[in-house]
Amino acid sequence: MVTLTDYLVLGAILFALGMFGIFVNRKNMIILLMSVELLLLAVNMNFVAFSHFLHDIAGQVFVFFVLTVAAAESAIGLAIIVVLFRNRASINVQDLDHLKG
Amino acid sequence: MEKLTLICLGVVLAPLAGALLAGLGGRLIGRSGAHVVTILGVAISFALSCYVFSLLMAGKATGGDYVLNTDLYTWLQSGPLKVSIGFLIDELTATMMLVVTFVSLMVHIYTIGYMHDDPGYQRFFSYISLFTFAMLMLVTANNFLQLFFGWEGVGLVSYLLIGFWYEKESAIFANLKAFLVNRVGDLGMILGIAAVLSLFGSLDFAAIFAKAPALTGETLQIWPGREWSALTVICVLLFIGAMAKSAQVPLHVWLPDSMEGPTPISALIHAATMVTAGIFLVARMSPLFELSETALNFVLFIGAVTAFFMGLLGLVQTDIKRVVAYSTLSQLGYMTVALGVSAYSAAIFHLGTHAFFKALLFLAAGSVIIGLHHEQDMRNMGGLWKRMPITALTAWIGTLALVGFPGFAGFYSKDAIIEAVAASSLPAAGFAHFAVLGGVFVTSLYSFRLLFLVFHGKSRVDHHAAEHLHESPLVVTGPLVLLAIPSLLIGAPLIGPMLVGDYFGKAIQILPQHATLAEFGEHFHGALAFALHGFTALPFWLMLAGAGTAAVFYLIKPHWPAVVSRRFSLVQYILERKYFFDDVNQTLFAGGLRGLGGLLWRVGDVALIDGLAVNGTARSVGRLAGALRHIQTGYLYHYAFAMIIGLAVLLGMIWYVSF
Amino acid sequence: MGTEKLVFYLLSAILVFAAGMVVSVRNAVRAVLFLVLAFFSCAGLWLILEAEFLAIALVLVYVGAVMVLWLFVVMMLDVDRAELREGFGSHLPLGLAVTLLIVFEMVLVYGTGQLDTALARAPLPGAAGVSNVQAIAAVLYTDYAYPFEIAAVILLIGMVAAIGLTFRGARASKYISPSQQVHVSPRGRMHLRDLPRGDGSEDDSAKDG
Repeated sequence: MVTLTDYLVLGAILFALGMFGIFVNRKNMIILLMSVELLLLAVNMNFVAFSHFLHDIAGQVFVFFVLTVAAAESAIGLAIIVVLFRNRASINVQDLDHLKG
Repeated sequence: MEKLTLICLGVVLAPLAGALLAGLGGRLIGRSGAHVVTILGVAISFALSCYVFSLLMAGKATGGDYVLNTDLYTWLQSGPLKVSIGFLIDELTATMMLVVTFVSLMVHIYTIGYMHDDPGYQRFFSYISLFTFAMLMLVTANNFLQLFFGWEGVGLVSYLLIGFWYEKESAIFANLKAFLVNRVGDLGMILGIAAVLSLFGSLDFAAIFAKAPALTGETLQIWPGREWSALTVICVLLFIGAMAKSAQVPLHVWLPDSMEGPTPISALIHAATMVTAGIFLVARMSPLFELSETALNFVLFIGAVTAFFMGLLGLVQTDIKRVVAYSTLSQLGYMTVALGVSAYSAAIFHLGTHAFFKALLFLAAGSVIIGLHHEQDMRNMGGLWKRMPITALTAWIGTLALVGFPGFAGFYSKDAIIEAVAASSLPAAGFAHFAVLGGVFVTSLYSFRLLFLVFHGKSRVDHHAAEHLHESPLVVTGPLVLLAIPSLLIGAPLIGPMLVGDYFGKAIQILPQHATLAEFGEHFHGALAFALHGFTALPFWLMLAGAGTAAVFYLIKPHWPAVVSRRFSLVQYILERKYFFDDVNQTLFAGGLRGLGGLLWRVGDVALIDGLAVNGTARSVGRLAGALRHIQTGYLYHYAFAMIIGLAVLLGMIWYVSF
Repeated sequence: MGTEKLVFYLLSAILVFAAGMVVSVRNAVRAVLFLVLAFFSCAGLWLILEAEFLAIALVLVYVGAVMVLWLFVVMMLDVDRAELREGFGSHLPLGLAVTLLIVFEMVLVYGTGQLDTALARAPLPGAAGVSNVQAIAAVLYTDYAYPFEIAAVILLIGMVAAIGLTFRGARASKYISPSQQVHVSPRGRMHLRDLPRGDGSEDDSAKDG
């Protein structure tokens, strides 16, 4: 029997991979955004697992909304990247240090 | 009584009105308008003072309550303390009022001639009238706060007048010195008034004098571990105020410098009136001083020191006004000595006679000065009696009164003091007796020295000045004559009633154990007998010795003074440096305070507060910000990493808490 | 039951592998494709969890629309290949350490299976016979109607924002605004200038009129 804990551990691993991607990736902004998608995926995994094991449909409804927002967010994020690329001709994260104190 | 109150208001306010009109009138009233207005004010004041005096004497003769003690206006009310503006008119006040207004009137008239060419003519008249107002407020006060108002007022006007020629640097130095030294005395005065308030709960004289005998046992602790008699402390503190005002050692240093002011004010303020405020204060406070023998002893000692040692300084002065100034210091010492031996009426008597002959001497000196076109060095004078006879004659009369030639006013007051000191049993009386007797010799010596150097002997006057030398105008010689008359005559009729009789009534209280004047009264058989007896007494011989010595040194053998000063060069040096009082004050107090101020400025303010606290804080903030700035790298992944670290820590905390 | 476990581990392995590849590969296109693979395996896992609607929605909407959009953008951006070839560098160990730490902490929180026994519940009444879509719909349009509308608005915002950010207008168009043309004045077209008088020796050709 697959227990809830198994799914939660899986979610944790996905989350960690997403964070790893954000921190380690310095060359490509696109990869960074994809790591964010991974974070969202991990969270969704947790929700669905809990929804199944607690027999509560609310978890799945929440995933529905998370999906919606994630879609909108990636659209806007990509639009920003496009504009950034137009102006700077680079999506290298290391080049974006204008907020340096 | 209502009429009397109004009259007293007139006495006090007439000079003020004159002062305001002269001071603010400017071009509206012009120069002559200024002197007319102020002389009118002071003349009204004098006339009304005479009237008050006559009313008082009449009331005294009929018996009953003749002393006026009214409150006109409530000045302030703070809890149980109520201070009013009011008048206390008794014998003491009336005497002082007469002296002040008369001398002020003489000086006002004299000033018309003396300050004739001065651009500050109107300002001067305004100031001397203002001074008269302040002095009258002082003597008519019936409570400490009003007295202190007058006290400060005369100090202020003295400052204004000493520095009258404010473009002269020495004048500004002198007026600041006078004000600051008086401030030191005022500190004692204020502390004394505060002690009075805390002990008696009131500042009203009548209330205080009524309560005083009951509070003789009260003690104060100034620092823990030593109890002082409260009344002694009060009296000593009040006397410190009097010491500054009446120029007793060591707070005397301002009086010689005050000669920087015009001669009329030297006569008015620094001979007759302001410097006598201290004497008046102690006499007024006789009910308190009588209860503290320590304070009386202190007063006696200081007075004796001043009387003798200041007289010695008069011997080495070359400026004519300085000689008279040191003479004033010495005579003030005499008055203080009289106060110390509880001969209050003798002190006031001497105050009165001294006012006349000292003002006379100052005004005579002024007459000489303008006659020689503002020459003040006695070494450039001599043989002036031929060209300025009236001045010379009045100066002789003043000098004879000063040295105590029997029959003149000064003799009666001075010899009475000497007798009172001889009769005293206070610890310092022996020293005081020596001091006052020695003072007679010294006074005679420097006074006749002045006369011989200025009016007699060979003329050392500059040729150009000698051509224009003539007697001064009537406005100058008139007051001289008017002052010479009392110097000659006023002693004899007054000595009986004032010293032996009941002239002062309840104004002055003396305890039986201090009744030195009573002893004097036992041997007193009338003024004439006293004068005749005076010809055979020790002071007369000392006076003659002094006169003789002066005649020898300055008339017969004029080269002897130089020889003596060479032989006794150390003594000469000490006397010329005025016992180093000025040097000590300059280097120790003034210099020390300036150094302290500089230190506090450089180290305390600039280095510590500005540099360390204010700028230091700013710099630290700057440095801290500069260090923290490096966290803001601008890189997204650094910020994300920070968040991840935070998350890790948070999870760790949750795990730790839940297990 | 064994089958379920086997399928679970298989899909999980693919998922984790794909996720790891997403963050590791240098080529962005490959990364997107690996992400697609991750989503597919995730959809499979959700099917096991009887969340059929969400699984299909993930594939259709997320993979079908969002990931396609991603591919478009990745291929549109002309990124310098050389830059992408650089490796992780010195920050790899630190990142790895922190990540492992977080995983470890999260797993610790779950404990040793206590959650499972604590949360074991009976199925809801009416849960049998109702399809997943019906179950979601029953709740979505009633209890969660307001968030539903808001979600619609969010999507609208996303659309508007994306267009607003990137649309530069039809640049090649020669369209002239009529109102602008009508409002032209001589002052905007002609300027009179005073030229200084020269004596002929200066070269005036450089002066602008």
